[in-house]
Amino acid sequence: MESLSNKKKVLEQKPLSFMERMYLPAIAKGMGITISHLFKKEATVRYPEVEREFSTNFRGMHSLKRDENGKERCTACGLCALSCPAEAITMIAAERKPEEKHLYREEKYAATYEINMLRCIFCGLCEEACPKEAIYLDGPIVPADYLRKDFIYGKDKLVEAPLEMKK
Amino acid sequence: MDSAFVIEKFILVAVIFGISLVIAMYSTYAERKVAAYLQDRLGPDRAGPFGILQPLADGVKMFMKEEIIPASSNRWLFIVGPGLALLCACIGTAVIPWGSPIEIGGKIVPLQVADINVGVLYIFGVVSLGVYGVMIGGWASNNKYSLLSAIRAASQNISYEIAMGLSIIALLLVTNSLSLKEIVDKQHGFWENGWFTWYFFKQPLGFLIFMVCSFAETNRAPFDLPECETELIGGYHTEYSSMKLGFYLFAEYINMFVSSAVMATLYFGGFNYPFMDSAVTHLGQNWASIIGVAALFGKIVFFIFFFMWVRWTIPRFRYDQLMNLGWKGLIPLAIANIIITGVVIAIIEKF
Repeated sequence: MESLSNKKKVLEQKPLSFMERMYLPAIAKGMGITISHLFKKEATVRYPEVEREFSTNFRGMHSLKRDENGKERCTACGLCALSCPAEAITMIAAERKPEEKHLYREEKYAATYEINMLRCIFCGLCEEACPKEAIYLDGPIVPADYLRKDFIYGKDKLVEAPLEMKK
Repeated sequence: MDSAFVIEKFILVAVIFGISLVIAMYSTYAERKVAAYLQDRLGPDRAGPFGILQPLADGVKMFMKEEIIPASSNRWLFIVGPGLALLCACIGTAVIPWGSPIEIGGKIVPLQVADINVGVLYIFGVVSLGVYGVMIGGWASNNKYSLLSAIRAASQNISYEIAMGLSIIALLLVTNSLSLKEIVDKQHGFWENGWFTWYFFKQPLGFLIFMVCSFAETNRAPFDLPECETELIGGYHTEYSSMKLGFYLFAEYINMFVSSAVMATLYFGGFNYPFMDSAVTHLGQNWASIIGVAALFGKIVFFIFFFMWVRWTIPRFRYDQLMNLGWKGLIPLAIANIIITGVVIAIIEKF
């Protein structure tokens, strides 16, 4: 049948010519190509020492933000935990005492806030769900570890450093 | 036979054994590095500076692994297999002349373990024994894939040994000797009577055939059919673990070292190097000899590099292509080479 679109290409299988059957010219050509790669710059990034530049919307480790006065923004509303498709976030809320006013912005705060980094899929839905702009996935790659329990990150690892410490 | 002779040979054997093991060890490292650089990668660089301790780490890993002997295997042969493979790989170095004799305290010490007058035949015998290690290991595993791969290895080695032997016959027509020491001595220097002394320049086709066959004999790519992962899981060592597996892998690298040494000795002048006579007069016999050893090892390292370079360039042959190349390509070529060499020698001698 004649092809209507005329786009079909029929593969012609010719028997190998004498030069092709000798293998050697093709082998020499191939060896030339491989040896030229010996002098090319390697594409490898030596990861722990050197880090590849991330794109601006890269989603890495989470951080819990503070406001301009250094108070924690998170109010333990639980929307991030609710939105999380991987069920990675859990928290326990507590009421702020009068003497803790300089620590937390709202009357309610997260006494514990845990993210299981083995469950997290870094989709960024918690970031989108947060009404207080308290959580962002702006950190580095989550490091490897040996034990499962060490992948459950608490507030000690997640909360941003206080303002005076950052300076 | 005096005790000095025994001690001298014992030291020589120990040194050569040590060197070939260390070279095989670092061949594994070099293989990974060469592969990496040819593919624009870095290769192992974590263990020590530039990953130089990687072979030690690999060795420790191999020893620490659990050793599994399958219940349905032939226990005795299963253990003999890797040992035989490594043994046959190691004893090939005995007849290779590593350098011209050196003088220690007024005593002439030849840098060769045994100068037997059938050195080339000995090498061939040892190389063809090597296939027993593979065959026994593959059969004793009592595994279909191991057996298939062992059969492949055996048939491949036997097919290519013929072409290899024929290519050597053409060389022997030129050398008139089977002793490796005499063959090397006849390639003295680099240039004589208006032509190169190295046999590569007298037997280029023979060298090509010999080299292709030694790729096949060592089961290296593109002739690594006995070890093709995609078809045979792992090859004849599928059932092996721990250091028995290590022995098989190690034997391959020692084989590579030995066949590099044989190629350098037979075709590239062994320990000979250009201007060696002036080196003897200026530096003395011992230093000239040491340079010669270095020259030989330089050639060997180049050939090992060449083995790796080919491995990371050429895809594996299909089985029918392998047999076609061996029986219909290399053997007729080798026979033609013998005839042409014979005719040329007859013409040179008679006219």
